[in-house]
Amino acid sequence: MSHGAYRAVFLAFVAMVAGLPAAAQDASPQLQPQRIRELVHLVRQDCGSCHGLTLQGGLGPALTAPALRDKPREGLVATILGGRPGTPMPPFRGIVAEDEAAWIVDRLAEGFPADPGASR
Amino acid sequence: MLHLIVKYMWWVVPVLLLSACATPQPTLRGTGDLGVVIERATGQVQVIETSGRKSLAQVSGLGDLSHASVVFSRDGRYAYVFGRDGGLTKVDLLTATIAGRVVQAGNSIGGAVSQDGRLVVAQNYEPGGIKAFDAATLELVADVPADYGTEGKRSKVVGLADLPGNRFIYSLFDANEIRVTDLSDPKNPKTERYPAGKQPYDALVTPDGRYYIAGLFGEDGLSMLDLWQPAQGVRTILPGYGRGEQALPVYKMPHLRGWAVAAGRAYLPAIGRHEVLVVELGSWKEVARIPVKSQPVFVMARPDGREVWVNFAFPDNGWMQVIDTYTNRLVDTFQPGRAILHLEFTPKGEAVWISARDDNRVVIYDTGTRRKLAELPAASPSGIFFTSRAFRTGF
Repeated sequence: MSHGAYRAVFLAFVAMVAGLPAAAQDASPQLQPQRIRELVHLVRQDCGSCHGLTLQGGLGPALTAPALRDKPREGLVATILGGRPGTPMPPFRGIVAEDEAAWIVDRLAEGFPADPGASR
Repeated sequence: MLHLIVKYMWWVVPVLLLSACATPQPTLRGTGDLGVVIERATGQVQVIETSGRKSLAQVSGLGDLSHASVVFSRDGRYAYVFGRDGGLTKVDLLTATIAGRVVQAGNSIGGAVSQDGRLVVAQNYEPGGIKAFDAATLELVADVPADYGTEGKRSKVVGLADLPGNRFIYSLFDANEIRVTDLSDPKNPKTERYPAGKQPYDALVTPDGRYYIAGLFGEDGLSMLDLWQPAQGVRTILPGYGRGEQALPVYKMPHLRGWAVAAGRAYLPAIGRHEVLVVELGSWKEVARIPVKSQPVFVMARPDGREVWVNFAFPDNGWMQVIDTYTNRLVDTFQPGRAILHLEFTPKGEAVWISARDDNRVVIYDTGTRRKLAELPAASPSGIFFTSRAFRTGF
């Protein structure tokens, strides 16, 4: 069993003992550093081709923290995964997982990190 | 007399010598083999030379270049760089300095230069419309909002191109319209409106300035306006090219420009499909549809028109394919690098410069052998633009 799997089992155990839901709704998902780097690059560069590298908007709307303030988190996660029919926003399901989409939305809400560049 | 000169004017000679040393005479050169490479992440451009296949200089301070495009002054000396943040920067290629800069909109997508070279026009998303500037001073000379409907809305403008007669043609993404604005008297712009297909995303004008073709995101087909017979209005070409099939998700909008025209035909990216569509100019008959690796972004003819080179949308953006226009078949498939964003042919097409964003380099290929000739380091390179565009309608 990998280190991550031990950790997951441990966390599930702790959650069970504490009587909390295993995947808390309001906690941001934990991702591996390598995957975080890939996601930041993806958002800045490839989402950026429509939303702008600085996420100030382009063909697609701005994705800055102030622009997203009044948008519900679930709706944004659903937009990333399923796209928005009738607009150029494509679905990213299959490219990002559900918890990764939630992670992206949480980072957008606090001001998205700078791109460290493509991974080696 | 002489002793007076020696007494009072002795300093003239050393000052002249010093000033000669301080400002060395620049080497005289032309600009026909120059160009710029956009370094999108750092807001810089490199001035490059295609003859020596080298970078000459770097110019910084150009703002957000995430969707930068470039047009050139008609003397080929200045590059007008349009940044995503609405910045319009005039770069002197000879001195590698900024000769002028204005932030003219909130969100901009590109521009064009008038037939007489006096106007540089920006197409803007926010606020939607076009703006014309004096090409020499960058002073605003005309502001033409892309307003539509009755509620004071303004559309994003795409597909701007220059036309003969100091006119400009463009499409309204949100309003399903093509417009032609006559700026021959910039103080009194005159705009003609033509209803078009749904959600035009980009467009091209053929090199003779006759046909304007807008790609449509919202419908299966393209909108075409014959500018020699504008009264006939917009016609849909290649209607239903998707044959009613569900389009694939589009991760990057294709780009259209006059480079798509080769051998009397237009080579067009099929949106949401792994195909290049080939249509005969004038008759608008579908000549072929060529299956390709993924969704095409740039479908670009080599200047002689014998080959068309294609790059692709994320996540297949490491590939390039080459189509022979004589047989309309693929003749090559290769991977020049990671995240191929753009390509530009040298003026007569013996070489092509390709930007590999995620490898941080520009790769140069021989178009005859398709072998790599050279590589240049560049920070997150995107668009590559050569001064030969200065002399082409629609560039």
